[in-house]
Amino acid sequence: MTTDVMVRAEGVRKRFGLVEVLRGIDLVATRGEVMCVLGPSGSGKSTFLRCINHLEKVDAGRLVVDGELVGYEQRGERLYELREAEVARKRAEIGMVFQRFNLFPHMTALGNIVEAPVRVKRMSPKAADKRGRELLDRVGLSGREDTYPRQLSGGQQQRVAIARALAMDPKLMLFDEPTSALDPELVGEVLDVMRDLATSGMTMIVVTHEIGFAREVGDALVFMDDGVVVESGPPKQVLTNPQHDRTKAFLSKVL
Amino acid sequence: MSSDRASDLPVVPVRHPGRWVAAVVLLVLAAMLGHWLAATDGLHWHVVWHYLFDPTIVASARRTLVLTALAMLIGVTLGVVLAVMRLSANPIVSGCAWVYVWFFRGTPVLVQVLFWYNLPAVMHSLSVGVPFGPSWFHTDPKTLITQFGAAMLGLGLNEGAYMAEIVRAGILSVDEGQTEAAQALGMTRMLTMRRVVLPQAMRVVIPPTGNETISMLKTTSIVSVIGYAELTFTAQIIGSRTFQVIPLFIVISIWYLAMTSVLTVGQYYLERYFARGAARALAPTPIQRVRGWVGR
Ligand SMILES: Nc1ncnc2c1ncn2[C@@H]1O[C@H](COP(=O)(O)OP(=O)(O)OP(=O)(O)O)[C@@H](O)[C@H]1O
Ligand SMILES: [Mg+2]
Repeated sequence: MTTDVMVRAEGVRKRFGLVEVLRGIDLVATRGEVMCVLGPSGSGKSTFLRCINHLEKVDAGRLVVDGELVGYEQRGERLYELREAEVARKRAEIGMVFQRFNLFPHMTALGNIVEAPVRVKRMSPKAADKRGRELLDRVGLSGREDTYPRQLSGGQQQRVAIARALAMDPKLMLFDEPTSALDPELVGEVLDVMRDLATSGMTMIVVTHEIGFAREVGDALVFMDDGVVVESGPPKQVLTNPQHDRTKAFLSKVL
Repeated sequence: MSSDRASDLPVVPVRHPGRWVAAVVLLVLAAMLGHWLAATDGLHWHVVWHYLFDPTIVASARRTLVLTALAMLIGVTLGVVLAVMRLSANPIVSGCAWVYVWFFRGTPVLVQVLFWYNLPAVMHSLSVGVPFGPSWFHTDPKTLITQFGAAMLGLGLNEGAYMAEIVRAGILSVDEGQTEAAQALGMTRMLTMRRVVLPQAMRVVIPPTGNETISMLKTTSIVSVIGYAELTFTAQIIGSRTFQVIPLFIVISIWYLAMTSVLTVGQYYLERYFARGAARALAPTPIQRVRGWVGR
C-alpha cells in the first residue's frame, strides 16, 4: 500500500518524567515534500524528530511512516512492540542529520560513509566505496576521502554527515538544526547541499531557524510551541500572515 | 617598519641557571650511588652477571611473560564483556556483572590464587550436567587445575574485575551522539558497541590498561607461593641453594625492569594508533624526531 503520505502523526505524546514534552502532535508530510519545523527552544522539535525514527518511544498516539507504525506492529486489535533488529531495519530507511554532526571521529570521511552500507545493508565494500566517492563528490568534497572529521571545517563535516545518511538510500531525511552549530559563512554551503537534495525529490523534515531557507525551499511550514503544532501551512502564508498570536510573537523576534 | 628591525636583532634565549644546579647535584648523588653499588661486597656483581642469562632464569622469565600475557588476555576479554554487561538494559545481566566485580575486587588476589590452587583438594570430581541429575561430562579436577592453571585463573579472573571498571569508564566517555548517529543509520546495539563505541573508548582505556599490564607483570611474582617456577620463585630457589639471595634478587629486578621497559614502549605506540582522528596532527615519535635531526 503506497500512498503519497510519508509521515502521519496523530495525537503523538511524549513525556520525560513529569514533563509532557509532546502534547498531541498532528501533522502530515507527503512524499517529496520539504517540511520545515520552526519553534522556540524547548518546544519539542528535536523530540518529535527523534520519535519519527524511534530514537524516542512514543507514549501515546499514532506515528506512521510510509504506511508502517513506528516501533510497533499491529496484528488484529493489538500493538506488538518490535524487536531491536526490526527497529534497526526501519531506522536504516530514514536518514538523520544532527546539529553537532556526530561523525565517527576514528573513521575517515569515506569510512564514515561506507560503514552502514557495508555493515547494515551488507553491500560489498567495493560497491560501497564507489558509491561513497560519488556522494562525497555530490556534497562537494571529492578529494577529502581520507580526511578525518577533526581535520574538516564544521561545514565540511556536516556535508559528510549528509552524505553518510544518503549512503543508506533513505526514503526520508530528518534534519535537526543542521546549521545551528556553524559559523555564519559556512551555513550557505550546507544549505546549498540541502537545496540540491530537495530538488532531487527527497522527502525532508527540517528543524531550522533559517527562515530564508524555509521560505525558499520549504513546501510546508510547521510552527511548534510547548509540545503542540500551533500553526502550519505554505511557508509564505505562515511567515507573512500568521494567524496565531504565539506565531506572531515568535516571528517578530526572529525575522 | 619597526617589526622588520626587530627581526634583525640577535635573540638572547631565556637562561635556566636552576637546571644547571639541579644537574650538578644529581650527578654527585649518582656518583655516590654508583660507588656504593660497586664497593659493597655483599652485592657480588660477578654472581649477578653469572646468573643474568642463566638458562633457568631465562626460562622462568619466559614463564613470567607468558603468564602475564595470558592473565591480561583473560582480564581484558572478561573486562570488555563485564563492562558491556554492566551497561545492559537487562537488570539481571548488569546485576551479575556488578556482583562479579564486587567479589573479585573485594578479596585479595593472593587468596584467590591460593583458592584456585587448593580447590581440587576439596572437590572429588567435576561434572557438567543437570544439577542433582544426570551428568554429561565427568573429570577429576586435579588434572584440570595445575599450578600454571591456578596462577592464570587467579590472576586473570581478578584482573577482569579491574579491567571491567576501566572499560566501563572508557565506554561512558564516548559521546552519546555517537550512539545515536549509529542507531539512526540502522546499526544494532551490538554493532554500535563494536564498531563505534569501543574503538573510541580505547583511547581512554589503553593508558590504564598499560599500567595494569606492567602491574600484572610484577604481580605474577605472588604465584611463587604455589610453587610455580616464574622469576621470583626461581630466584628464591637458586638463592637459597647457593646462599646468594641478594645477587639473585638483583638479577630478577633487572629482568623485571627490562620487560616493563619494553611494555612501556609498546604502550606508547598503541596509544598513538588509537589516537588517530582524535588530534588534528600526531606529534612525531622519538624515533621520527631523531631521524629528522639526522636527515637535516
Ligand atoms: N532525554 C530527556 N530527558 C528529559 N527531558 C528531556 C529529554 N530530552 C528532552 N527533554 C526536554 O524536553 C523539552 C523539549 O526538548 P527538545 O530538545 O525537543 O526541544 P527543541 O524544540 O528541540 O529545542 P531546541 O530548539 O533548543 O533544540 C526540553 O524541555 C528538554 O529539557
Ligand atoms: Mg532541538
